Amino acid sequence: MLNVKKTPADRLIDFVIYAVMAAIMLITLYPFWTQVVISLDGAGVDGAAYASGIVLLPSKLTFGSYKLAFKFDAIWNGYAYTVLRTVLGVLLSIVFTSITAYPLSKRDLPFNKYFTGMILFTMLFAGGTIPSYLLIKELHMMNTIWALVVPGMIGAFNVLIMRNFFRAIPEELEESARVDGAGYLRIFAQIILPLSKPVLATVALWVGVGHWNAWFDSLMYITDPNKQVLQVVLRKIIIQNDTSDITQIIQNIGKNTAYTGRQLQATIVMFSIIPMLAVYPFIQKYFVKGVMIGAIKG
Amino acid sequence: MNDTVIVSGAEARLAGKKRDKAMLRRSKMKKIKQYRVLLLMMVPAIVYYVVFQYLPMYGVLLAFKDFKILKGIMGSPWVGLDLFRTIFHDDYFYTVLKNTLIISLYKLLFGFPVPIVFALLLSEVTNGKYKRVVQTVTYLPHFISWVVLAGIFFSFFSLEGPLNTIIRFFGGNPVLFLADAGYFRSILVITGIFQSFGWGSIIYFAALSNIDPQLYEAAIIDGAGRFKRMFYISIPMLVPIIAIMLILSMSGVLDAGFDQIFNMYNTQVYNVADIIDTYVYRKGIVEMSYSYATAVGLFKSVVALILIFIVNRIVKLIGGKDHALW
Repeated sequence: MLNVKKTPADRLIDFVIYAVMAAIMLITLYPFWTQVVISLDGAGVDGAAYASGIVLLPSKLTFGSYKLAFKFDAIWNGYAYTVLRTVLGVLLSIVFTSITAYPLSKRDLPFNKYFTGMILFTMLFAGGTIPSYLLIKELHMMNTIWALVVPGMIGAFNVLIMRNFFRAIPEELEESARVDGAGYLRIFAQIILPLSKPVLATVALWVGVGHWNAWFDSLMYITDPNKQVLQVVLRKIIIQNDTSDITQIIQNIGKNTAYTGRQLQATIVMFSIIPMLAVYPFIQKYFVKGVMIGAIKG
Repeated sequence: MNDTVIVSGAEARLAGKKRDKAMLRRSKMKKIKQYRVLLLMMVPAIVYYVVFQYLPMYGVLLAFKDFKILKGIMGSPWVGLDLFRTIFHDDYFYTVLKNTLIISLYKLLFGFPVPIVFALLLSEVTNGKYKRVVQTVTYLPHFISWVVLAGIFFSFFSLEGPLNTIIRFFGGNPVLFLADAGYFRSILVITGIFQSFGWGSIIYFAALSNIDPQLYEAAIIDGAGRFKRMFYISIPMLVPIIAIMLILSMSGVLDAGFDQIFNMYNTQVYNVADIIDTYVYRKGIVEMSYSYATAVGLFKSVVALILIFIVNRIVKLIGGKDHALW
């Protein structure tokens, strides 16, 4: 852009915009920060009032509630199922979405229109909650990890994104490989996939975060309380305010502990979002890229 | 003489058509053979889509049946439109429908402009590093599940929370915000904006960064200040994408935000917060009225489908074929 000298009025506007942006960031982060402070606040240990109201810093730093939460088996159980479903879900999704998208990227594949139509239609209309629930029940997938990873395995939108990406790969590459005697499978595995790392990574991230945060399917399809994912364990403690398990643990430890349910709730919130907060700044730009790829119509 | 020509001409055309068809079929067979590996690769997807996407669509038949779990969908007796009659005579259904429409229209009215304004302001930030930090921070809530966000808002709006502390400081009476039907919808709208405005701004931000810088340069030479540049270049360039996003969001007008409401509502606010999706869950999964819940869900899906067709039509009329969904 042209380099124009900024007038004092311009500088003032700049200052205001920068300040507004800073305020927006504060508003976005503050609710999360309150959880950090409440979870770390040690005032209650001395019998003083817990952090409440407008919290800025813990009055006394303690990791006591974290130590307590570590003893909470349901959380580790939930973590294990969440990690399992995320890994399994991402692997299955990537494998099956890519082998679906590759044939569709060939414009003159026989029946291409019908296949694409069949996939696209699911973006417009779905059976809904109850029929899906009954289907999983009749397939005897209730209480299995498959009920969480299989139903969403091949998303129509992801197929489209991958198909468009595959189409953008120069055809000459494939043709020369075919002249050299490579079949479609070999071309797909050795040429297309290695060239498609950006789109594979993007879709993997989308699917992965989806699985990490998913809870509704686990709530519906998993009735065994020992097989619930972390989000459902959280829901029980935070939303349904069912702290009986926590109380049980506190009693088992036998200490007359000063930690309130609310502080433990905050700690458990931190448990679930710390992994996300840790990786999020590094992967965020890939998500943006994914949105951009998705926004391009093809 | 003439007759024979005509007849043989017709015959020839017929034979030609047959030949063409046969050739087409042969070339199609050849193509299928050529692409057989690729067609085989489609098999898992076809099985998946038939089983997990189309079988539930078939399950929609439940809405027209008196479902007996032991008899299955096929064996249960037909009841025609009886369930829909029951629904349309059910006062609570209208409460739920009204809530759905009100909440999602409120969200649209107040939430829709926020990402646009935010994108416009952020595009005025010239320091690249600062811009990236703001983006990273504001996108964050989009990646946190509503279970966790609801937990955070519970403590935020609780009696000892920051908001009530401020109210007390100014001498007011503390309010149980999340159990108060008068506040609940506003809280849904505000927390909804909190969660999505940053992420929602990406599309506008992308549109803004695609504007030819020469336009701005020309405007600067002509003596346009930054407000004039915003009003006469940035905003007009955003109008097509705004129109399309607005129309697209109309098709989701019966989705008022299941994840958010399901995690934040409670029995005290059902009257103002229960939406179609939460109602379907409670009726179907909790109370096991499968047929009734399916019928309510079907009503929603069909209205949504019709809306999508209308929306596509409007997008075509306004934005031209390029922006339409199909």
